[in-house]
Amino acid sequence: MIPELGHFALALAVVIAGAQAVLPLLGAQWRDARLMQTAPALAIGQLIALATAYGCLVWSAVVDDFSVANVAENSNSLMPLVYKITGTWGNHEGSVLLWCLILALCGGAVAAFGRALPSSLRARVIGVLGFTSAGFLLFTLTTSNPLQRVWPPPLDGRDMNPLLQDPGLAFHPPVLYSGYVGFAIPFAFAVAALLEGRVDAAWGRWVRPWTLAAWCLLTGGIALGSWWAYYELGWGGFWFWDPVENASLLPWLSGTALLHSAIVVEKREALKIWTILLAIGTFSLSLCGTFLVRSGILNSVHSFANDPTRGVFILALLAIVIGGSLLLFALRAPVMTAAGIFAPISREGALVLNNILLCSICAVVLTGTTYPLFAELVFGAKLSVGPPYFQSTVFPLAIPLFAAMSLGPVLPWKRAELWPALLKLWWAALIATLIGIAAALGLHAGLAALGFAASAWLIAGALAELVERTRLFRAPFATVRARFGAQPLSVWGSAVAHAGMGVTVAGIAGMSLAVSTIVALHPGQNVALGGYDWTLLALRDEQGPNYTSRVADIRVSRGGDEIATFHPSRRMFTVQKTTVTDTAIQTNGLRDLYAVLGEERDGAAVLRLHVNPLAPWIWFGALVMAVGGALSLADRRQRIGAPARRAAAIRAGMAP
Amino acid sequence: MTRKRRRLWILLACGLGLGSATALALFAFRDNLVFFLAPSDLASKAPTPGRTFRLGGLVEQGSLQRSTDDGRPAAKFRVTDGGASVDVTYVGILPDLFREGQGVVTLGAMQPNGTFRASEVLAKHDETYMPKDVADALKKTGHWNPSAGAPPPAATWNTMQVRKTGG
Repeated sequence: MIPELGHFALALAVVIAGAQAVLPLLGAQWRDARLMQTAPALAIGQLIALATAYGCLVWSAVVDDFSVANVAENSNSLMPLVYKITGTWGNHEGSVLLWCLILALCGGAVAAFGRALPSSLRARVIGVLGFTSAGFLLFTLTTSNPLQRVWPPPLDGRDMNPLLQDPGLAFHPPVLYSGYVGFAIPFAFAVAALLEGRVDAAWGRWVRPWTLAAWCLLTGGIALGSWWAYYELGWGGFWFWDPVENASLLPWLSGTALLHSAIVVEKREALKIWTILLAIGTFSLSLCGTFLVRSGILNSVHSFANDPTRGVFILALLAIVIGGSLLLFALRAPVMTAAGIFAPISREGALVLNNILLCSICAVVLTGTTYPLFAELVFGAKLSVGPPYFQSTVFPLAIPLFAAMSLGPVLPWKRAELWPALLKLWWAALIATLIGIAAALGLHAGLAALGFAASAWLIAGALAELVERTRLFRAPFATVRARFGAQPLSVWGSAVAHAGMGVTVAGIAGMSLAVSTIVALHPGQNVALGGYDWTLLALRDEQGPNYTSRVADIRVSRGGDEIATFHPSRRMFTVQKTTVTDTAIQTNGLRDLYAVLGEERDGAAVLRLHVNPLAPWIWFGALVMAVGGALSLADRRQRIGAPARRAAAIRAGMAP
Repeated sequence: MTRKRRRLWILLACGLGLGSATALALFAFRDNLVFFLAPSDLASKAPTPGRTFRLGGLVEQGSLQRSTDDGRPAAKFRVTDGGASVDVTYVGILPDLFREGQGVVTLGAMQPNGTFRASEVLAKHDETYMPKDVADALKKTGHWNPSAGAPPPAATWNTMQVRKTGG
C-alpha cells in the first residue's frame, strides 16, 4: 500500500510540475495575474507530492519491504537502520528521485522566500523550475521508478554495495545534489531574465544568495566525496581525476566564476550577458555531472550500473534543457544592454580575470574528461586521459588565478592603480616568498614549494585585505575596533573563503610530499617509513553485523615513543560476497598515518602504509571555504535588496 | 576608457586565457593520452617501450604466480583476449576481486624484454563485471557475439586460448 501511495504521489508530482511549467509562464506572457498567482501554490504542491513519494520509499526501506524492487536490490534486513535510510539514495533510481526532490525544494524555496520578487519574474522563475522538474520527473517515472514492485518478493534483500555502507558516503549525495541542483535557481533566474528581456542590479542581488548557497553545498559535497575516496577506497589519494569527480569539479569552477561575476552585475551593472551565460552553463554542467555519468557514456570507476534505454532519454532531456536555454540566450541576449564602464585595472577587471581563468580551467578539465568519448566516436581510438594531463594543464592556470585572488579584493572599483595595491600586499608577498624559498631549500621539491608559497600568499592576502579595511596598525585602536565591527559580513566571508582556498592549496602541496610503501609483514616484524617505525602486532578475526572482518593491529612509534596503535581491516560482506578494505587513519592535524591491509600470504600480511603530510588541510580548507560562503550569505545586504527594488519600482510608478 | 577599448581589453584577455589553455591542453595531450590496447593489438601497433598505456583482457587461467620482490608482494600473470596473450609483471597489492579468468585492466608500459610492467591493476568491485573496453576487445577478436546474449563464463575464454597455443 505504502509504495503505491508513493507511486501515486510521484505521478501526481509529474502532473503538478507540468502545470507549473505551463501556467505561470503563460500568465507572465499574457500579464494575467491569476495565472501568475498559481506559481507558488503549484511549486509547494509539487514539493509536498515529492516529499510524500520519497517518504514512502524511505518507509519501504525501513520496514524491509522487499516486494519493492529497489529495496530488494539495495537493502538487507541485517543492515543497520541508518544505512537502510541512506541506502535509498545509494542507487540510481533513489538518487534520481532525491535529485527531483531537491529541485522541488528549490522551487518551494523561491515560492516561500520570493514574495518580494516582481510577480512576473517570480512566475517565470518558478515556471522554468517546473519545466526542468517535469522533464526529470517523467524520466524518473518512466525509466527509473524506485517504487516498482517485484513479484515474487525475495525473502531477503541483496544488500547495499559495501563500499557505500559508510557514514561519510551517507551524507555525501544529499549535500552534493543540493549543490548541483541549487544552481537550477540561478539558471531559472537567467532564463526568466531572458524571457523578461532585462537584467538589472536587483536581478544580480537576487541571483547571488542562491548561487552562494548552491556553491557552499557543492563545495561541501565535493569535499565529502574526496574525503570518502581517501579513507574508504584506500588508494591513498584524495582526487583521481576520474570522470565522476571531474563532473563535480566542472560546475564548481563555473559556479565560482558565476558567484564573482554576479557581484559585478549587482554592484556595477556590467557583465550582465556574461553572467546569464555562466548561470546557464553552470547548471548545464551540473546536469551533465549528474546524468551524463549515469547514461553510461562516460566510463568511470565508480558510476552506478547503467541501462542504455535511460541514456537516450537523458541525452534528449539534456539536449532540450541545455540547447533550449542556449537558443533562447542567442535570441534574446542582444536585447540586454551593458551599463557600467570600467578600466582594465580595477576590481571589475580583476573579477573578469578571475572569470577568464576559472573558465579556462573549466575548459581544459572538460576537454580532458570528454576527449576519450570524442576520440572513440571520431577516430575509433580507445584511450583515456590520465591525471598527468590534468595536473600539467590545471596547475599553470591556477597560479595566475591565485595571484589575482589576493590582489583583486584590495583594488577599488572602476579605476585603479596597480602599484598602490601591490604596496598594500607587500608583507603578504614577502611571507609567501620566504615560505616558498624555505620550502624549496628544505624539501627539494619545486612544485610543493610553489604550492606552499601560493598558500601563504592566499592566506596572508586575505588577512591583508582585512588589515587594509580596518586600518589595523595605522589608526588608533578605537577607530580600528569601530571599523572592525562595521565591516559587512560579506567582506569577512570573502576573506575567509579565500583563506580557505589557501589552506586547501597547502594540503594539496603537502600531499605531493606523501611517502608510501607496500610490505609483507609477519606478526612481530616491523618496517620504517617516513621517520616512523611500524610494527605489526597481531592479526585477528572480528564479527560485524553483516560482515566478518580480518583485523591487523599495527603500532607506530617514533624514536621509541609510541604514537598510535591502529587497526586496518578487510571486511568480507556475507550477502554480496565482496571484500572491502577498511583503512586505518591516525591524524594529528599536520600529517596522516594511513594503513591498508591487503591479502595474507604464508602467515604474512601485505600492508600498504602511507605518511601523508597536511592531508587533513585539504578538506578543512574546503570547509573553511564553505563557511566563508555561508558568512557572506548571512550578510544583511543580501536580504534587503529586493524590497529596495520594489520601493524603487513603486516610486517610478511601475509597481508590479 | 571608451566602451570599444574596454571590449578590446576583455577580448585580449579572453584570447590570452583561452589561448594559453588550448596550448597547455594540446601540449599535455601529446604525452598524456593513455591508449587502451588488447593483447592482439600489440602485434600490429606496439607502442614504444616505456610509453604508458592500458592493457586489458582476461587473466589467463592458471597463469598467476605470486612472489616477493624485495619484501614487497609481486605477481606475474598473463592477460589474454583470446587472440594473443601478454606476460604482465606487477609489484603491489592485487585488487580484492582479481581472479584468474576474469576481466582486468592494467596500466603500465612494455619492457624491452617483451613483458608488460604494470603500475596499476584495476578490477571492479563486482563479481560479474566485465570492463567495457575488455568486452569490446573480446567482440573484436570474435570470441563474443553480443547478439547471442551475455558473454560466456570468463573461464572458457582461457581454455580456448590454451587449446589454440597448445596445439
